[in-house]
Amino acid sequence: MSEFLAMGGHGAYVWGAYGMSLAVLVAVGAWPLLAMRRRVRDLRRRRSVATDLLAAEADEGVKQG
Amino acid sequence: MGLTAWARRAFHKTGSPRWFFAGSRPWMLGLYVAGIALIVVGSTLGLGFVPPERYQGDSFRILFVHVPAVHLAQTIYIAVAVAGLVYLVWRMKMADLVIAAAAPVGMALTAAGLATGVVWGIPTWGTGWVWDARIMSTLVLLLLFFGLLALRQAIARPERAAMAVSLLAVVGAVNLPIIKYSVEWFTTLHQPASISLTERPAIAPVFLVPLALNTLGYYCLAAGIVIAALRFKIIETESGTSWVADWLDRPRGGAKP
Repeated sequence: MSEFLAMGGHGAYVWGAYGMSLAVLVAVGAWPLLAMRRRVRDLRRRRSVATDLLAAEADEGVKQG
Repeated sequence: MGLTAWARRAFHKTGSPRWFFAGSRPWMLGLYVAGIALIVVGSTLGLGFVPPERYQGDSFRILFVHVPAVHLAQTIYIAVAVAGLVYLVWRMKMADLVIAAAAPVGMALTAAGLATGVVWGIPTWGTGWVWDARIMSTLVLLLLFFGLLALRQAIARPERAAMAVSLLAVVGAVNLPIIKYSVEWFTTLHQPASISLTERPAIAPVFLVPLALNTLGYYCLAAGIVIAALRFKIIETESGTSWVADWLDRPRGGAKP
C-alpha cells in the first residue's frame, strides 16, 4: 500500500496532479447545478411574493368594493 | 419529409431554448453519470493497474488526466468558435448561450491541463514551466476563454455583447492550429502527440486503455456540464416568459421535465 502511494518516488507529483484534476472537475461540475438550484429557489420566492401581493390587492378590492 | 426540411426543422428546434430545456435533463444526468463512471474506472486502471513507463517511471501516470483535459479544452473551443460563427451568421440566441455555458468549462479544463502539465514537468523535464510554443499557446487558450467571459460581462446590451463575444470566439480559433502544430514547428521540451487518427499510436496498447476511458469520460462529463450550464443560462435569460413560470409552478415531487 505504501509502495502504491509512493509511486516510485513520484507520489507527490502523481497524487498532486490527480488531486488537482479532481478538484477542478468537482468544482466545475457542481457549478451549474448549484447555480440552477439557487436561481430556481430565488425565482419561486419572487413568484410567490408576487402572487401574495396580487391576492392582497384583490382582498383590498373586495373590502373597498 | 425531405432531408433539407428535416434539417431546417432540427435547426429551428435546437435554436429554441424552450425546446432544448424541455428535453435535455435526462441527457444531462446520463452524461454526468457516464462521465464519472468512466473517469473512475480509467483513473483506477491508470493509477493502480498499468505498469510504470520505462523512462518516466510512475510520473507518466499524469498522462491519463493531462491529455484528456487539454484535449477537451481544445474541443470545447472548437464548439465555442462554431457557436460564434452560427451567431454571426444567423443571430441565433442559443448560440450565444452555448458560448456563455461552455467557456467556463473550457477555462477550467485548460487550467487543469496546464496545472497537471506543470506538475508532470518537474520530475520529467526538471522544470515545471518553460516559455515555449506549446505552453504559451495553451496559456493563450486560457486567456481566450477568460476573455470571452469578461467581454460578455463588460458589455451591458445583450445583443452587443453577443456580437462581440462571437467575433472574439471566431477570431480566437486561429490559436487552435498553433497549439496543435506547436510541437512540430518549434523547438520545445514538450513531446509530440503520441496518438493520431491516421497513424498507429506511439504508446504501448496497455497504456491506451486508461487513456481512452478517461478521454471518453472527460467528453461525457464535459458535455453533461455544458448542458447543465446551458439549462441554467436559459432559465436566467428566459425567466420573464410564461413557459418558465409554468415550469416553476409545475407540480413537484414527481417526474421532472
